[in-house]
Amino acid sequence: MARIRIENVSLDFPLYHGSARSLKKTVFAAASGRLGEDKRQRVVVQALRNIDIELASGDRLGLVGTNGAGKTTLLRTIAGIYEPVVGRIRVEGSLNALLDPALGMNLDLTGRENIMLRGLYNGFNQAQIRLLEDDVAEFAELGEFLELPVRFYSSGMMVRLSFAMATAIRPQVLLMDEWFLAGDANFIAKARARLESVVRGAEILVLSSHISSAILEWCTRAIWMDHGRVRMDGPAAHVLACYESGTEPTPQALAEAAADPVLEAAEAEPGA
Amino acid sequence: MADGVPPPCMDAIADHTLPRLQRATLDIGGGIARTQRNSMAWADLVAGLRLWRLALTLGWLDIKLKYRGSLLGPFWLTISTGIMVAAMGGLYSILFHMDLSTYLPFLALSLVLWNAMGGLVGEACAAFTQAEGTIRSVRMPFFVHAVRVVVRSVISLLHNLPVIVVVFAIFGVWPGLVAAESLVGLALWTVDAFAACLLLGAFCARFRDVPPIVASVMQIAFFVTPIVWRPEQLGARGWWLPYNPFDALLEMVRQPLLGHAASWQVWGLALGYSAAFCALAWTGFAGVRNRLAYWM
Repeated sequence: MARIRIENVSLDFPLYHGSARSLKKTVFAAASGRLGEDKRQRVVVQALRNIDIELASGDRLGLVGTNGAGKTTLLRTIAGIYEPVVGRIRVEGSLNALLDPALGMNLDLTGRENIMLRGLYNGFNQAQIRLLEDDVAEFAELGEFLELPVRFYSSGMMVRLSFAMATAIRPQVLLMDEWFLAGDANFIAKARARLESVVRGAEILVLSSHISSAILEWCTRAIWMDHGRVRMDGPAAHVLACYESGTEPTPQALAEAAADPVLEAAEAEPGA
Repeated sequence: MADGVPPPCMDAIADHTLPRLQRATLDIGGGIARTQRNSMAWADLVAGLRLWRLALTLGWLDIKLKYRGSLLGPFWLTISTGIMVAAMGGLYSILFHMDLSTYLPFLALSLVLWNAMGGLVGEACAAFTQAEGTIRSVRMPFFVHAVRVVVRSVISLLHNLPVIVVVFAIFGVWPGLVAAESLVGLALWTVDAFAACLLLGAFCARFRDVPPIVASVMQIAFFVTPIVWRPEQLGARGWWLPYNPFDALLEMVRQPLLGHAASWQVWGLALGYSAAFCALAWTGFAGVRNRLAYWM
């Protein structure tokens, strides 16, 4: 059983820019007694504040919120990329994150080499890597481009390759940023079928998107992020309705939502 | 869609026989005490070693990429080192009034070893910043990046070995069995190399002006370490040599390859400096490991 527990996680981003990046300037500042001042003046972005979320197998969570609300940071934190200093995060089960189209791919390497590296990263042996190659090549429809450096791919091909790689490996926990909705229409239909097959394997999906219809289609539960905090947590249709009108939920609306969460999510019209 | 009947094509996709990922648990948090930091850093190291095939491939692909499209590939390294040894050997043997047949083998060996050491220090600075894209998009043990840099350096060193072999063959130098002792020294080098990657890699990720500083320090080190000149040339004025860590580390590997066992003083110094450096590197790395991703 996959499981995610996020307990009281807060995360600050120190923004190092200009002189904070320089050892010389930091040392000189210390020598002239200005370090304390610098430290206090350091710009810190409060990316996440007191996040408490619990997810179990079968959960499909959508994250909504404006740019900079902390959606992607939260995904990266769940993926273990950013380690919170305050709070605790525990993810049980294998995890895969589709966070940006390049996804750590080396653009100078060929598609095949990138697939091999992904296989090695996941601890696959030679035979398993060959299976992975076949599967990804077939799904991504890259043909002979597989032997060319990824740098020469069109953005659509890049998306197909990343998507195929991430979903071929079938994680128990899948984290996704909204970029996968890019690509040509034909690919979206295929991607949807493939993603659905991955999600159906009783795994957890956490999807971050600006597009309400995407959240409604994929997710049963949604969290509205605002300034690094959870502003609202509940059935997808309900949270989205509040998010779009920009209002806090009324108590009776919350009670209603709690009464029949699955039906609400499944039946609601996009943008209701 | 959420509860719809899947179209038939989906079952075909669902049935594919790919291996599932190994089950894993990620547990972060619960304090930033020193013991916690140390155990997380240790877990990073162990996980990194477990991914040795990935690190090996990454290092190898780096070399392959660098020389992709060139006819000679990495053997350019061999040729450029060979030319450098020949040019410097010819010039300095005249300047120092030295016999080419003993000086050139010494110089070839010293230069190749220094290229490996100095090259590694330079690349260690970029160990993490170079992997920025990866660090920001997947959780991967940081030690993998260290191994990748070390693998690259080992491959470069191997490509430079023919220069030593050729020079030794031309001048009929044969160190004998004592040469095997240098393998122990090289093993210690490898450990130091990992330490350098963790320490310099982290430091340079935080302070972006460190790599040029390191480069100039290594430039000075090249001149104050017996590489193009022999320690005997300094005589009594060489009392400060033991204070140069590069000298002990170099002698430890070089002496056996020239046919003499390294002295106990050299071993002691090399081990001492290495232990101190590794301790420093470990403390530094364990202390900042959880911040590294924020610095990218």
